[in-house]
Amino acid sequence: MMSFLSYLKDGISLGSIYAIIALGYTMVYGIAKMLNFAHGDVIMVGAFIILSSITKAGLSPALAILAGVVLCTLMGITIEAVAYRPLRKAASPLAVLITAIGVSYLLQNLALLIFGADAKSFVTVIDVPALVLFDGKMTIKGITIITIIACIVIMSVLTWFVKNTKPGRAMQAVAADKDAAQLMGVNVNATISLTFAIGSGLAAIAGLLLCSAYPSLTPYTGSMPGIKAFVAAVFGGIGSIPGAMVGGILLGVIEIFGRAYISSQIADAICFAVLIIVLLVKPTGLFGKNIQEKV
Amino acid sequence: MKNMKKALSLVAAASMMATAIAPVTVFADDTFKIGVIGPMTGDYAQYGLGVYKASLIAAEEINANGGINGYQVEILEAGDDQGDPEKSMNAYNSLMDDGMQILAGTVTSGACIAVKDLADMDQTFLFTPSGSAVDCITNVAGAFRMCFTDPMQGTKSAQFIAEQGLASKVAVIYDSMADYNVGIHDAFVAACGEYGLELVADEAYTTDSNTDFSVQLAKVQESGAELLFLPNYYNDDALILQQAADINLDVKIFGVDGMDGLLAVENFDTSLAEGCMLLTPFAASSTDEATVKFVTAYGEANNGETPNQFAADVYDVLYALKAAIEAANVTPDMDNAEICEALTAAMMDVTLEGLTGTTTWTEEGEPDKAPKAVVITNGVYEMM
Repeated sequence: MMSFLSYLKDGISLGSIYAIIALGYTMVYGIAKMLNFAHGDVIMVGAFIILSSITKAGLSPALAILAGVVLCTLMGITIEAVAYRPLRKAASPLAVLITAIGVSYLLQNLALLIFGADAKSFVTVIDVPALVLFDGKMTIKGITIITIIACIVIMSVLTWFVKNTKPGRAMQAVAADKDAAQLMGVNVNATISLTFAIGSGLAAIAGLLLCSAYPSLTPYTGSMPGIKAFVAAVFGGIGSIPGAMVGGILLGVIEIFGRAYISSQIADAICFAVLIIVLLVKPTGLFGKNIQEKV
Repeated sequence: MKNMKKALSLVAAASMMATAIAPVTVFADDTFKIGVIGPMTGDYAQYGLGVYKASLIAAEEINANGGINGYQVEILEAGDDQGDPEKSMNAYNSLMDDGMQILAGTVTSGACIAVKDLADMDQTFLFTPSGSAVDCITNVAGAFRMCFTDPMQGTKSAQFIAEQGLASKVAVIYDSMADYNVGIHDAFVAACGEYGLELVADEAYTTDSNTDFSVQLAKVQESGAELLFLPNYYNDDALILQQAADINLDVKIFGVDGMDGLLAVENFDTSLAEGCMLLTPFAASSTDEATVKFVTAYGEANNGETPNQFAADVYDVLYALKAAIEAANVTPDMDNAEICEALTAAMMDVTLEGLTGTTTWTEEGEPDKAPKAVVITNGVYEMM
């Protein structure tokens, strides 16, 4: 029983990382209707900015995080304007998908050039004491608690923002029908820019949390968690903000349980098999109903 | 006319005599031309540069002490392959144009596998200091190696752990998606039985999910293992060590050469690596005479740099070549094929007291030497 709870805790802590990345994926997909495969790499860049701000520029952790969020936000807006916007009207939606993959490789290779291939350990930015339960039989790391809280806060704020503010409602309008929204006076370009700005700012936070939980940073750090988070977003119903959160946590728990109770060799296979089954039964994902509302 | 012929034949005979007695004076080819190929630029440059610089040190030493069979050794300008097989083949061809007779290389495995076939076609003797993939020297004649193969490291680790009495219950966490890790793991597991080690936990992860080790570490903790064997590269090992510290896992850690580099990971808390052991043939901090002499010479020639394991490997390669050349009476005027054939035969009788241990070679070209390991103490390697 104890080990079950302990694995559950490990699963939730891994899942919360997937969830926070998935929130960025789903946000962009829900509004701009495009899969931003470079999202994982924006996370990596965010983590590098935060790490370098602390170790090279000597900024305080709070300022470093701010620098990470601001620079990633600017980068997100630039990427959207330069690489995605010109292709938005392209005949095939594949064009922009391929470009996203291109941007992903571009970011990876730029980071490789600037920071080198060597893995760097991430410094402790968030120092929260661990929570010890059941007379020391279980410890929940501080970073796990922070990640879960951050997930819930971000999820709630995003949901509120999209439902209750003017730019949020503009996002809903763009998600429902770009052309109609334009006719109604919504600035589609600005709205999509804003979406990317928010998504990329979130990526910096996700990078910080990812690298605080698993403190090793290379130019490829973002790519696999990015793919897993994409799976989590699809699992939860892509486009749905609560779906991303639930999908992420479930994916983490399934992965850890698979590893613990079946085999550490085929944990990934199990996790993706579950995804296939869920999609066969419920093609729109767990929170698929929400997809009609588009965030 | 007759006298003229006689005179000519006398001159010819005299010159033949001279050839037999002192070839140095007659032939322009009076040095052994040895080539080095490795990554001199790019991500793995520290490996290639270490090898090239150390080969210069060894050649200088050999030359200062009268050369080999009275001939000087010349290390040709290094062939830079950046660790890439195709570039390596180009580097090989350009070294051949420079008159290379023996190849001390290549440094990295992938490149070595590509170059060995070229060397085999030309019948150029190949002696890799550090190509550890099994295939680096298989299926060709005249190819030898200085370092252990990857699987051999697994076997030797088990031997070392058992002989030093480090543990009787052992656990493994390894990357089941990478050849290097799987090869060592499989050999280690097979050797555990042979050396009386009990394998209580055998946990895998994949290259795609190499961040979260909580489950694997929990299982190691439950299994009651005394020692955790990590046949992985240092970046994965760094994460494993960090997460092991999070759950206060109290086991000894043993790694292989892939773990070398752990202490150099930027921002890594080196106190986590304290007490970690790893199988490596060379520690620059050793105090034996040969190592001190080599480290000093290397440092003096290279602004105080410390030589790595690859540098020590090639240093031994050159002395092994020297021993074989002397035993086979090879001279620089022989062509590559003759040199190759003579050295291949002579290597069987070479016993080298080198920096990386006392080594003999098998017919397959594999080194046979006792395993050596270092333990990380106060942030530096210390020979065990």
